[in-house]
Amino acid sequence: MTETATFRLSVNGTEQVVEGAWVGESLLYVLRERLGFPGAKNACEQGECGSCSVLLDGTLVCSCLVLAASAAEREVVTVEGLPGEDGALTDVQQAFLDEGAVQCGFCTPGLVVTIHDLLDRNPAPTELELREAISGNLCRCTGYGRILAAAQAVVATRSGSGRSQREASS
Amino acid sequence: VTVTTDRKERVRDGIGTSAKRPDGIPKVAGSFAFSSDLQADGMVWGHVLRSPHPHARIRSIDIGPALAMPGVHAVLTADDVPGDKTYGLEHADQPVFANDVVMHVGEAVAAVAADHPDTARRAARAIVVDYEELEPLVDSEAAITAPPIHRDGNVFHEMVIRHGDPSVDGEVVVEGTYEVGMQDQAFMGPESGLAIPDGEGGVDLHMSTQWLHVDRDQVANCLALEHDKVRMTLAGVGGAFGAREDVSMQVHLCLLALHTGRPVKMVFSREESFLGHVHRHPARMRYRHHADRDGRLVKVEARVVLDGGAYASTSRPVLVNACCFAAGPYDVPNALVEGWSVRTNNPSCGAMRGFGAVQVCFAHEAQMDKLAAALDMDPVELRARNALKTGDRLITGQVLRGTAPVGELIRTCSAAPLPAADPEPDPMALPGGAGRTADRARVRRGVGFALGFKNLMYSAGFDDYSTARVRLENGVATVTCAAAEVGQGFVTLAQQIVREILEVDEVVLAPAETASIGSAGSTSASRQTWMSGGAVERAALAVRARLDAGEQEPLEETYEHHHPPTSPLDEDGQGDAHVSYIFAAHRAVVDVDVDLGLVRVVEIATSQDVGRVLNPLQVVGQIEGGIAQGVGLAVMEEIVLDNGVVRNASFTDYLIPTALDMPEVAIAALVEEPEPGAPFGAKGVGETPTISSSAAVAAAIRDATGLALPRIPVRPQDIALA
Repeated sequence: MTETATFRLSVNGTEQVVEGAWVGESLLYVLRERLGFPGAKNACEQGECGSCSVLLDGTLVCSCLVLAASAAEREVVTVEGLPGEDGALTDVQQAFLDEGAVQCGFCTPGLVVTIHDLLDRNPAPTELELREAISGNLCRCTGYGRILAAAQAVVATRSGSGRSQREASS
Repeated sequence: VTVTTDRKERVRDGIGTSAKRPDGIPKVAGSFAFSSDLQADGMVWGHVLRSPHPHARIRSIDIGPALAMPGVHAVLTADDVPGDKTYGLEHADQPVFANDVVMHVGEAVAAVAADHPDTARRAARAIVVDYEELEPLVDSEAAITAPPIHRDGNVFHEMVIRHGDPSVDGEVVVEGTYEVGMQDQAFMGPESGLAIPDGEGGVDLHMSTQWLHVDRDQVANCLALEHDKVRMTLAGVGGAFGAREDVSMQVHLCLLALHTGRPVKMVFSREESFLGHVHRHPARMRYRHHADRDGRLVKVEARVVLDGGAYASTSRPVLVNACCFAAGPYDVPNALVEGWSVRTNNPSCGAMRGFGAVQVCFAHEAQMDKLAAALDMDPVELRARNALKTGDRLITGQVLRGTAPVGELIRTCSAAPLPAADPEPDPMALPGGAGRTADRARVRRGVGFALGFKNLMYSAGFDDYSTARVRLENGVATVTCAAAEVGQGFVTLAQQIVREILEVDEVVLAPAETASIGSAGSTSASRQTWMSGGAVERAALAVRARLDAGEQEPLEETYEHHHPPTSPLDEDGQGDAHVSYIFAAHRAVVDVDVDLGLVRVVEIATSQDVGRVLNPLQVVGQIEGGIAQGVGLAVMEEIVLDNGVVRNASFTDYLIPTALDMPEVAIAALVEEPEPGAPFGAKGVGETPTISSSAAVAAAIRDATGLALPRIPVRPQDIALA
């Protein structure tokens, strides 16, 4: 454990200094164990399950597959940093509660981040697009039915309230 | 899916409403503390060294190189276990650390504590173990008569059910041999925990588990401590499905904490999780069904062999269940069922959602379809003709006293509209997903139907109980209960019950722990709604009675809720062994690429016997989630073994359904016939969806392909190379 690094990351808009981390540590490990952001979860450590999903410079990544040192000087957004107004839940988070999409909850933060990312890029996904977008996030409790319902509820609300860039077209 | 309840809402978020989870907000916000999120000052990290061999003698262990590594605080082996060297849920045959022999791949050999998880991992690798490899026994049939591989023998349990006149024959006879592979629970949150020494010889263990009190007892026995010196608190549980019923890292964590004098945290990797917990028993089954020309069942003969792997775990009760439910939810006048659960050098098997009923359901439902074909009868009609009903006698001789709406389940599920075939399907919706189906004209649709049933709660003479305390003070109710919330939503239900009875808005849930309250039993066997729900209900009713009598707050009542006593089965497998039964029907629609052997499950329709719906949203969640695990077992999930060696201990190689694999679930009916004696008339709903969904999918693939498909999971080669 002799090769260590000290570097800076921006997490949820705040500059964080990581001191003396082993260079082999993943972004997931550094977020969880060094910086106090436990929202991203470690369920497979090989990019199969999506539980550790975060945004890195705006791109959805599995933080278990990103070396923390390689994320130096870049911007990370975790589930803790999603933009809810005045600390409130986001519409996706609220829809997860309303539609019963949460059981054990271990996959939930990763799915919330993934669905935000999808709906920012595609405000009106078809059901297959939605299934494809979350197919990198494994859930063992729900069978995905209520998760899909939650995402569809957000799509409906956003298009109804005119907050989306374009109306739902399909 | 839309679920409505016409009940008038007397109380906000009371019984029958889709009340929201009390842990929902922290779970969506990422702040809910799962066991892997725990931290403590001065904490070090634990790691366990595991056997790479399915069967080997340990000649020597040299921990020197590990101890010499900077940052390593402790390295422990079997010599460091002060109390019982073995533990187990029923039979203590599983070593804390292997001593002279390892019995399966992944068996714990040593444990390390170090200042960084990677240091702990590397130190474990630095331990030198000299193994003399032994021939592994991996064939469950052979194990019955093979020379014993363990001093307790190779047969965990052997039983027979003789019912009616086993010598009679039917006019129409069909037979078959069936196999079910080894499924893993594959919950998302790997095993993890934090042990904190109290400085006085005791230890506090924060752990994701299913049964705190029985964990505590096993840990204390291994540590040679009084049971109250080990205090367990439930840490956030990332799913369970049976895999957390056995002890995994609990003893190792506490030993490391007591040796180092520091808090010790351990988190399994996904590979360790696959290797470090029990799986669903693989099964080999031989069946012969007899019927008369009118399609009435005359006799069922079955022979069931379950591979229990290296250690006992719950291999005995899983076999009892497999045999009790071997004939399915039908009126069967005569039966002969023989069963064995055996020890091998394969990974240990134990509890998984459905607990023995899943394996036999695959076989008895395949047999019913075979029988329908032999009789030239509609398979749904054959089932309806033989459906169990209240008052019928089960093959265990027990008269079914509770609700058994099997006919209603068959009628509603089979009447659900079939999904329309899409003439121009999106490539993503073809078998195998985008780009894999070569020729759309070679995609065939099939439909299959299956029924399943099992028991609720513990059986065969086990004194099953749960304890709950309800305190009312300043208009706020506090519930104390050690029931493990593993995602199923007991926490929601406990609040609903207390709101309903005490008509209060605020219901606080005290932590689930061993120090403050008695056992709640395990979160398994679909039992917490009845057992702990009943304990909470009765404690709340006792508070309510005092309130109504004019007593002043604070008021507190504790209730220990036992279910009606059951009897063990006699030597003919006869007896009133179970309290209550749950039933479901599943109809699967599949599309199969017959050239490539790829299957897309299009839809599962289901009707389920629920007694009464206490929380519509949570019932739907259990049904959809349970069906997902049934679909997984039918078409993709299997621990692949190569002479005892696990070849796919990762989510790259052990596949569970993704959102693209998961079909639409159409709930045709939630049949609400209140169960006499059950709190609020409700039956547990967690296991039912898993029992017959696999069988229905297999039947649908048979319908599409015309193949016999006697084994699940159905693999591409089973279709393409048939």
